[in-house]
Amino acid sequence: MKALSINKLSKTYRNGVQALKAVSLDIQQGDFFALLGPNGAGKTTTIGIVTSLVTKTAGSVKVFDTDLDDDPEQAKSYIGLVPQEFNFNGFEQVKHILITQAGYYGMPAHEAEPRADELLKQLGLWEKRHSPSRSLSGGMKRRLMIARALVHNPKLLILDEPTAGVDIELRRSMWTFLRKINAAGTTIILTTHYLEEAESLCRNIAIIDKGEIIENTDMKSLLNRLDKEAFILDLKYPLLNNDLDGLDFERLDDTTIEVEISRGESLNSMFEILSRHGVEVVSMKNKANRLEELFLNLVETSEQSA
Amino acid sequence: MNPSRHQRHWVALSTLVTREVRRFFRIWPQTLLPPAITMTLYFIIFGNLIGSRIGEMGGFTYMEYIVPGIIMMAVINNAYANVASSFFSAKFQNHVEELIVAPVPNYLILAGYVAGGTARGLCVGIIVTIVSLFFTRLPIEHIFITISMVVLSAVLFAIGGFINAVYARSFDEISIIPTFILTPLTYLGGVFYSISLLPEFWQNVSLLNPILYMVNAFRFGMLGVSDIPVVAAFSIILLFIGGLTAFALYLLHKGTGLRN
Repeated sequence: MKALSINKLSKTYRNGVQALKAVSLDIQQGDFFALLGPNGAGKTTTIGIVTSLVTKTAGSVKVFDTDLDDDPEQAKSYIGLVPQEFNFNGFEQVKHILITQAGYYGMPAHEAEPRADELLKQLGLWEKRHSPSRSLSGGMKRRLMIARALVHNPKLLILDEPTAGVDIELRRSMWTFLRKINAAGTTIILTTHYLEEAESLCRNIAIIDKGEIIENTDMKSLLNRLDKEAFILDLKYPLLNNDLDGLDFERLDDTTIEVEISRGESLNSMFEILSRHGVEVVSMKNKANRLEELFLNLVETSEQSA
Repeated sequence: MNPSRHQRHWVALSTLVTREVRRFFRIWPQTLLPPAITMTLYFIIFGNLIGSRIGEMGGFTYMEYIVPGIIMMAVINNAYANVASSFFSAKFQNHVEELIVAPVPNYLILAGYVAGGTARGLCVGIIVTIVSLFFTRLPIEHIFITISMVVLSAVLFAIGGFINAVYARSFDEISIIPTFILTPLTYLGGVFYSISLLPEFWQNVSLLNPILYMVNAFRFGMLGVSDIPVVAAFSIILLFIGGLTAFALYLLHKGTGLRN
């Protein structure tokens, strides 16, 4: 079953900006899906329409086969949203925020209270349950937004840049949490600027640019398209040569170089060249942001063809 | 077993009303205390000090005569202010999005905020009534008319406050209507005088003021005297409630001030 089906969705704002141009997208139940794109590409507008925060100009949205126009209540009941910006009542207590949100979804207080307690404990907010939300740190507010989105047990969780401004430790713990709830059956759609995050978490991906989907595939196939792989090498001594027998490299500092190897090419030949020139390698790592390179390539190609 | 749609609606409405009531009780020094102090000053200055020199009005002491109008003034001001400030704050802090993304139909959003505003209006009405008992006796001639008129007036002005908040883009814009429209209409709505004291032309002009009907119908419920027919008051207030409800629902449907 499709968790989300978007068909020819368009949005033109009053100022004439065409944010979405007949976007179509299907996301299967149980998926962990990344929606990527540069700033202003149309990601938040798409999410806004799906969650009823933005009115569409044309097209249709179905959530678990329920059309958002025909039965908005049913369609909305499936969705939990973690928006990009904090949107709490700053004066309301943390636990009240969760119980109130559950109430809006028809969950009575005697059910909402234990659910809120469970989420507050899981997300490390238990100690702050009686504090007003404005007193929370940035990371805590992000976690509270996740707890609020999950309090009514949604089948589809949409996260719009959930880890923006969050330190790496907290980001990793949020990833673990999201993986867990995805494994438990919740479909997740994620927009993020951290491409490493999308690469690490998501199975399928769509890239949107200037209101159009320019790529929609599974993460593995997309990464396989990379024809080159980059490695960072730490050297024992500063590199004196500028030419290493045609090896494609870039000097990052005196003792660090980045080497690009064609996919499928043996690493042995690279080491042979380096040995020949007396270059001693202390350590080597794969350059992490493989998706970033692809993303930039795709967006650049889209800009050139526009 | 999953709850029915009606059960879910009931939970959503009671959640919203509870949040609204909790809000104005949490900030009682801003919401409940000031009207008590202001109205006490009205009773002391207009009722006791000046009123004792005015003599009778409509067969009652001046203090007795103005008490219903002052209670009504407090109720409508607070019902209006509660919804205007609460809904605008929800827009301003963006937490209105919690409601928009949730499966809460528009009529329940309106009903929840209006119920919250009505609750504050009536709470303040009760406080002012208790304060007034320190200054004068308070007869109630027609209990049904008294209660129904004060509740309907609170509902009407709560809806007005909601519409104001939907259009408002700044905190200034939620004080413009109370300052420049509501307050003059209230003061000219027969709170402190009977329109029979006015020249005929101004009596006729006063009849265009809807607050005059509410104040007089409420006064009729308490004292048994009114400048206007009570049936007309009920008809007008119900007509306004119907019209403004339809307009508020239209604004919510269009997403005016709420959705891009």
